[in-house]
Formats: sequence, structure tokens, C-alpha cells
Amino acid sequence: MERIDLLEKEQMRLDLPDFRPGDTVEVHVRIVEGDKERIQIFKGMVLRKRGSNTGASFTVRKISYGVGVERTFPLHSPSIDSIKVLSRGRVRRGRLYYFRDRYGKAARVKEKRVG
Amino acid sequence: MLDGILGKKLGMTRLFDPAGTAVPVTVIEAGPCFVVQKKTTKREGYEALQLGFERRRLEKQTKPLQGHFSKQGLKSGFRFLREFRLESTENFEVGQELDVSQFAIGDKVNITGVSKGKGFAGVIKRWGFKRGPETHGSMSHRAPGSIGASAYPSRVFKGQKLPGHLGNVRVTVKSLEVIDVRPESNLLIVKGAVPGARNGLLLIKKV
Repeated sequence: MERIDLLEKEQMRLDLPDFRPGDTVEVHVRIVEGDKERIQIFKGMVLRKRGSNTGASFTVRKISYGVGVERTFPLHSPSIDSIKVLSRGRVRRGRLYYFRDRYGKAARVKEKRVG
Repeated sequence: MLDGILGKKLGMTRLFDPAGTAVPVTVIEAGPCFVVQKKTTKREGYEALQLGFERRRLEKQTKPLQGHFSKQGLKSGFRFLREFRLESTENFEVGQELDVSQFAIGDKVNITGVSKGKGFAGVIKRWGFKRGPETHGSMSHRAPGSIGASAYPSRVFKGQKLPGHLGNVRVTVKSLEVIDVRPESNLLIVKGAVPGARNGLLLIKKV
């Protein structure tokens, strides 16, 4: 098994910042259209992180024109250009599914005091 | 050139291809293999190479195998011996090393192994039959149903799919794509699943 772990390590994105559920992030995604490449930004709150090694993924939720949109990214995908952590949220769960039932004022997260 | 090698299944994972798509892969420790015996049309009636995989000390082998190895002039024995048929064995020598570098990224390979044994299995697991209702007085939960009517044909046809032993048979998966080759660590990475459990012996042949 160690040999497979080593193989996976080669492809893992160790350059990405550490973030946790509840944090607000900007995910910069590389999108290839024909022969052109551009970067699309998906900004929202991290709902969950799951998996390990190359199989890990995370889900980001945002409200777009009044509609909740969730997008799941493979954490180590080469199509992720970068991730920016905008704020750290103080939450008491690892999976924040209860935010799906909340909107407006109830769907706010308190900022974590860092340092 | 021989287009085959022996290997050991290490396990599965997923890797990203250059386009960023996640690909399910099986990692195989392939080779190094050594030619143990040349079989020729003249002597055995067909052309084949006997390959050895995973060295074992000669004194750990049975007497008949010790004799087989030392007759060929080999200093060590092997855990696995398998034959590969080919057109001509002329260009090979006993003791010659064969490694994974004979494969290239993008090649298609057929992989043979022994599937995981599932024991005595019913028709749902073994043949994919539909199950019966769970409730409402049903008594045919996982039963096969009718296997032959009484008046005609008044017998069960040969080859009727019935419960029995599932798995633990030789299975070949054809046309798997080679994703990566690592000659320095003897690794062969193919797309998709291969038969058997981890550490199982595999026969890999180029299509």
C-alpha cells in the first residue's frame, strides 16, 4: 500500500492553502473552451471536505441570484488554479448540511478569531 | 519480442490525466521476470518461454524444482513459473531479464488473474436474477423461480443457471489501457480493474 501512497503523493496539490468547513473561499477553476483557457471564480462557503489522498474532494455552496448553488471539486485536480481563503468561519460541525435549510440572516457564519 | 510479463496486483487508486480528468487505475508490480526455460518445437512440440517471477532461495524449493532450476544453470529459484507462447524463442536466452519497459503509455494489454472467490452463491449474486417481493405473502424472496415445468419439458435443461460456487476462476480482462510505466520501480499502471485480490499473480500480455 505504501507504494500506492507514494504514487498518489506525486499528484497531490500540496500548494493549496489549508481551509475547513465554514470558511469562505474563492476557487479559481481553469476552464478550457476550444483552444482557449480562462479562469472562472466560484466563491462561497465550504460545506464539507471528504476523502483522502487523490480521492479527496470538497463542496462549496453559494447563493446565486437567490438560488442556492453547490459545486463539488476534486481537491487535487489540476484544473484548480488556486484557492483563496477569504474568511475563517466559526462552526461546530464538520458537515454543514443544515445551511441548505437556511437563508438570509440565518445563513450567516461568525468569523473565527485567528491568532 | 515477447509481449508479456508476470506481475502482482498492488491495488487500485485514482489519478488525474493531463486534461484533469480523474482516471480509475490499477497499480501492478510487473516483473522483473527471468527466462527459466525455452520450449522449442524440436523438443516440446511448441515454442514458448517459461518465465519466473519473485526470486526464492534454491534451498527453499522442492527437490524436483531445485533440479529444474539448476539444470537450466540458474542460481536461484522463483515463486511463480508461467509459460508464454510465442512464434520463436531464438532471440532469448535462459536467465535473460524481462522488465516492464517493454510496455509504453497508451498500449492495450490483456490481463489474466484468478478472481476473488465468493463461495456458494445464489442466483441473484451469481447470475444477476431479479429478486422476489419481500412482503405481501411472498415466499420467493431470493429463489430462482421455475427451473422447468412438469408436463413439458418435465426436466431441467442443461446449462440452467442455478446457485453454486462463484469466483476463484481464471478470468481475463481484455484491452486495458496502459496509463503509466515506471521501469525504475517496476510499476505498470493500467486503467480499470483487474481480476483477483491484492498480491494476486497476474499475466500481462500486449494486445
